[in-house]
Amino acid sequence: MTTTRAGRRRLRRLVPWGALLPMALTVLVGYLGTALWSLRVSLSSSRTFPQDDFVGLAQYERLFTNERWLLSLQNLAVYGVLFIAACMVIGFLLAVFIDQKVQGEGLLRTVFLYPYAMSFVATGLVWQWVLNPGSGLQEAVRRMGWPEFSFDWIIDQDKVIYTIVIASVWQASGLVMALMLAGLRGIDEDLWKAARIDGIPAWRVYLSIVLPMLGSTVATVFVLLFTGVVKVFDSVVSMTQGGPGTASDVPAKFIMDHLFGRANIALASAGSMVLLATVLALVAPVLYARSRGAAGKGLQ
Amino acid sequence: MTLPIHLSRPLRCRVASAWRGVVLVLAAAAAAAQAAPQGPASAPKAEVIHWWTSGGESAAVKTLSDAYRAAGGTWVDMAVALGEQARSVAINRIIGGNPPTAAQFNTSRQFLDIVEQGMLNPMDEVAARDGWDKFLPETVLNVVRVKGHYYAVPVDIHMPAWIWYSKAAFKQAGIAAEPKSFDELFAALDKLKAAGLTPLAHGGQSWQDNIVFTAVLTNVGGRELYLKVLRDRDRAAIQSDAFKNVLLTFKRLQGYVDKASPGRNWNDATAMLITGKAGVQFMGDWAKGEFTLAGQVAGREYGCIAGFGPASPYIIQGDVFVFPKTTNPEAMRAQKLLASVITSPATQVAFSIKKGSIPIRTDVDASKMDVCAQQGLAIMKDKSRQIGNGEVYLTPDQNGALADILTAFWNRNVPVEKVQKDIAAALK
Repeated sequence: MTTTRAGRRRLRRLVPWGALLPMALTVLVGYLGTALWSLRVSLSSSRTFPQDDFVGLAQYERLFTNERWLLSLQNLAVYGVLFIAACMVIGFLLAVFIDQKVQGEGLLRTVFLYPYAMSFVATGLVWQWVLNPGSGLQEAVRRMGWPEFSFDWIIDQDKVIYTIVIASVWQASGLVMALMLAGLRGIDEDLWKAARIDGIPAWRVYLSIVLPMLGSTVATVFVLLFTGVVKVFDSVVSMTQGGPGTASDVPAKFIMDHLFGRANIALASAGSMVLLATVLALVAPVLYARSRGAAGKGLQ
Repeated sequence: MTLPIHLSRPLRCRVASAWRGVVLVLAAAAAAAQAAPQGPASAPKAEVIHWWTSGGESAAVKTLSDAYRAAGGTWVDMAVALGEQARSVAINRIIGGNPPTAAQFNTSRQFLDIVEQGMLNPMDEVAARDGWDKFLPETVLNVVRVKGHYYAVPVDIHMPAWIWYSKAAFKQAGIAAEPKSFDELFAALDKLKAAGLTPLAHGGQSWQDNIVFTAVLTNVGGRELYLKVLRDRDRAAIQSDAFKNVLLTFKRLQGYVDKASPGRNWNDATAMLITGKAGVQFMGDWAKGEFTLAGQVAGREYGCIAGFGPASPYIIQGDVFVFPKTTNPEAMRAQKLLASVITSPATQVAFSIKKGSIPIRTDVDASKMDVCAQQGLAIMKDKSRQIGNGEVYLTPDQNGALADILTAFWNRNVPVEKVQKDIAAALK
């Protein structure tokens, strides 16, 4: 009897591991395996097909002497900072706005979240039309009686990246709102009552009490937005195709071009390894801090 | 921007580069699934991957499938939108062990890697029987023939750097005669500008910038310089004053485009000629399709110039079919039949009329073709005027690097000496 009970206990201990196995395999093969594969390819002279030779860091050297790649990294930095900041601020303000128990909340929530439900391949095209100085906003405002009005960022070498930011913020801030709103709704009503009795203005409560309490939500939003930044591709391709010239190029587009169109998988792999390293360098500390925080709470 | 899927973009890149592994398994599964319902067929069955998906292109493909059917075969159409996509589907299927009967590539070095990997069936027997050496242009032959074996059958010839002009716009600007040289072209552009029209209808996308450059290189630089730069990748030629002049002429044209040019699609630029709002466009002969759709006729509403002067080179770009390696005798029979049907004069003329291209051989009845195509065929008869597109001489990688430099030069104020240096480095 005791042996079967021990056996059953051992089995019960193994079940969770069994359940984890498919996911563990996916991570090992699908994520880690392919990442290592890319690393290997990035150290070879592969063109259309993977080669077994070894050329050291030659591909990385070529990558970092390539002006288009450097420009795309610079664009990514500009885009990343502006996009994340704008999404956070707008998303939070929208969430606060809806949190005021406004009428038609359900409708507004849907409206704000709707851009996120549509593919950027389609909405990017519409944005292109809207921003095109010949057919879009500029022309419309001029016809309405402001002939001097000018808004031609999308064809401007130095400003085109901002149009991508605008369109992406339009798309993603609804999602940030939804997440923040969920966080706001989780805050105890009593806290608000206490603050009201103390006569603290609402904006101050949001800023000094509510926002710090939303710490983990903000961290989640940041990680989501950050991964979105690193892989930004469809908005650029559908709005500008990386142009004018290469002015709005981003790393993901550079990689895709070299992977398929230019049959240079070694250089493309080197580019994706650089991206991966960037992600790890920036997201790992956040995730680490969060896991520390969660562990701390678990101990209490 | 689909945010919540962590790292999906780099992952996709990585999965794609792991072709040999993942794709092999998937494609093998797909092969097993597909092979099951097919019985042995008596007629040679050709499954053809291509990217001809637009209206006019589909009509052109239909002439091929009709001809193949008339020759006793069965045509299984596998249209995949976008060239890059179609080529990667073909390559993945070849690696995965479930190759199509034939796959479209450009007349270029795109398929050189698969030839070197021994993944294609040579068509030497068909080439010898049909006499490809006799009727194919030298430039095309040099692409399809690798180390003495014929690995691809050419389907059509497109010339990417035609100069189109709107007769209505020319009339409005008071331009009496068709320009006969680049100087006259600039004079015409100035007149168009003075008349308040858009002189140059241009879509500011990298590949279209490249087309303008190619036209300038052939017409201003000439055949010798063209070959020295793009084929021989000669440093001295790239650093020469003649090439500097080509680059400056290219940049000078940029002054004639309208402000809304960046990002415009080529057919929207052609529409500016059709409506008479713009005067001139540099574009491949596929632009004819747009004019035809609008009910315009070459020589009546619009004009076409292949190049200036009696020696201007005719640039050869185009499409080929390659035949992936197989040991299945049925499939090999289908491949040989297809290779033979495609090059026949009747198929070539029917296809070219729908496609807007010209036939791969000049010994055809051109009477049913439009004046531009006839002009093109007449030039092609002079071997010394045939010249390959950049893709014919450069690897896709070099070609892409060159395009990046040119589009940056077109859009930004970069010193021309730096551009020469960059091009020399990119083509090293």
